[in-house]
Amino acid sequence: MEKILQVKDLELSFNTQGGEVKAIRGVNFDLYKGETLAIVGESGSGKSVTTKSIMRLLPENSAEFKSGEILFGGRDLTKLSDKEMQKIRGKEISMIFQDPMTSLNPTMPIGRQLTEPLLKHQKISTSEAKKVAIDLLRLVGMPKPELRMKQYPHQFSGGQRQRIVIAISLACNPKILIADEPTTALDVTIQAQILELMKDLQKKIDTSIIFITHDLGVVANVADRVAVMYGGKIVEIGTVDEIFYNPQHPYTWGLLSSMPSLDTEDAKLYAIPGTPPDLLDPPKGDAFALRSEYALKIDMEQNPPFFKISDTHSAATWLLHPDAPQVEPPLTVIERMKKFPGSRYYEGGVV
Amino acid sequence: MAEKLLEIKNLKQYFNIGKANEVRAVDDISFDIYKGETLGLVGESGCGKSTTGRSIIRLYDATDGDVFYEGENVHGKKSKQELKKFNRKMQMIFQDPYASLNQRMKVMDIIAEGIDIHGLAKNPAERKKMVYDLLETVGLNKEHANRYPHEFSGGQRQRLGIARALAVDPDFIIADEPISALDVSIQAQVVNLLKELQEEKGLTFLFIAHDLSMVKYISDRIGVMYFGKLVELAPAEELYNNPLHPYTQSLLSAIPLPDPNYERNRVRKSYDPAVHNYTQADDVRMREISPGHFVQCSERELELIKAASVTN
Repeated sequence: MEKILQVKDLELSFNTQGGEVKAIRGVNFDLYKGETLAIVGESGSGKSVTTKSIMRLLPENSAEFKSGEILFGGRDLTKLSDKEMQKIRGKEISMIFQDPMTSLNPTMPIGRQLTEPLLKHQKISTSEAKKVAIDLLRLVGMPKPELRMKQYPHQFSGGQRQRIVIAISLACNPKILIADEPTTALDVTIQAQILELMKDLQKKIDTSIIFITHDLGVVANVADRVAVMYGGKIVEIGTVDEIFYNPQHPYTWGLLSSMPSLDTEDAKLYAIPGTPPDLLDPPKGDAFALRSEYALKIDMEQNPPFFKISDTHSAATWLLHPDAPQVEPPLTVIERMKKFPGSRYYEGGVV
Repeated sequence: MAEKLLEIKNLKQYFNIGKANEVRAVDDISFDIYKGETLGLVGESGCGKSTTGRSIIRLYDATDGDVFYEGENVHGKKSKQELKKFNRKMQMIFQDPYASLNQRMKVMDIIAEGIDIHGLAKNPAERKKMVYDLLETVGLNKEHANRYPHEFSGGQRQRLGIARALAVDPDFIIADEPISALDVSIQAQVVNLLKELQEEKGLTFLFIAHDLSMVKYISDRIGVMYFGKLVELAPAEELYNNPLHPYTQSLLSAIPLPDPNYERNRVRKSYDPAVHNYTQADDVRMREISPGHFVQCSERELELIKAASVTN
């Protein structure tokens, strides 16, 4: 498969009054053409910072690229000038933000907001841009698009606003669409519609999507592959089935067991104890060790490398080292593994 | 079942009454809350679930209808003394742990505010001790008492909100989306805490949320609201296994679950209120289908629903 974006050994820090916050501490991943890669993790894990650094949307006076590169179309995005970056933003890579209430300009009719990227990035006339914008609105399922063009954001509902934001982001047929919690502010019924819409559109225009969310249900729905982030690093990456049915990192175990499924019995919910690490002073070894009951001695001292489970699946935990003791994952995780051919708990049957 | 703690009868909460933009946020709903249970209230934003909570605790003056707390009406004219009595019994936990704590007060004073108002501590030493105990109850420690809210994480702040609600030793707590603003791993911590507190202190909860899997987990019974009306009310298990109102079915079919196989096969149902075809003559109200399971329907629909319920 064609790699469209490569993030290599990315390290990024924020220089704050309190000191240097190491927000991203060596992130590696590839994005393939036409796929959806979901990045999950709790707030402060660096998922938003990673994608904002791809878009170069971080404040330049405090955010600093320490090392690594972001390769897109043969160029390293971390090295581009602002001007060059502006040609990429909104055209080749575009972004949908969490809050559709604040990502639209309340004083501008949505028609103008829709034509803005078209007029900026493509050499077309205003009337042509209008036509394209109306088509876009129709594409995202907005009734009476001609009429709606003249209306302001406050005249739309939350779900409709997010549709408009999606329409704007797709205006120039971007190669990559970054969606940062695009449905978190929406109701489940609206969320379901927006997710269906995004999947539909992806098929039509063959965009790659990076989807950031902390809702594992949404991940299971949209993702082809999943990267789990913790403490500024990716700790596990694999296909959606590998992550949900054969997770290897204790943090992924924790995440999967802390969410009640609809058939969870009255047993106590598993809660990951403690709080995320302080990235002003990141722990020496495995950042998750202090919250993990599976932590080994070496976790406190040395950062685990990535161990390969399959060609598509790897996880950074010492538990996968050949010399590590074999541990029992939480019960809910074993239940999941029973469904996965290749896991040691596999019980047969079809996945 | 246990005795009724709260009786909500034909509660109505309208805004902008008589104007063109009149909003019937809560439109004639009735239900009971039993002692020691958790009643979950779900629905999409704007369906009136938060307004219901706020009307019950008298943050709004109800347009019409009654709320009885242990037989006494919460609404209507009340002296300051009487109000105080209710305020002690009912407390609220809010959605946004950032906005619901006064940034300029220390944790000690935030939590002790209720204690002061109700004169529950005889002297400063006792007040201090009560706050320390409360902090410990919610999993924080006494060093935290001298800090300001901004020094805490979201999950910790929500714990402060819970400690503040517990300070006056209430019987009934309305939790309005208490976990929506928190991370998944922290949500579980807060939900477990609420459950523990309920067992320890025999608290009764009204748990308002839109995250249905969490609601099912914490609730004994669940009410589903749609456009200001309660459309279905049933024991949690029953509601999920046997949803009868088409809106409930659509809501349940929209929840994504952390299971890729399930997601690949999930079929979403959409809800169109027009399917009911209600006419003026129809007497649409909550009807009991099976013990404890109520659905809003007309006489005509009742038979159909009953038939469907059996085949399920």
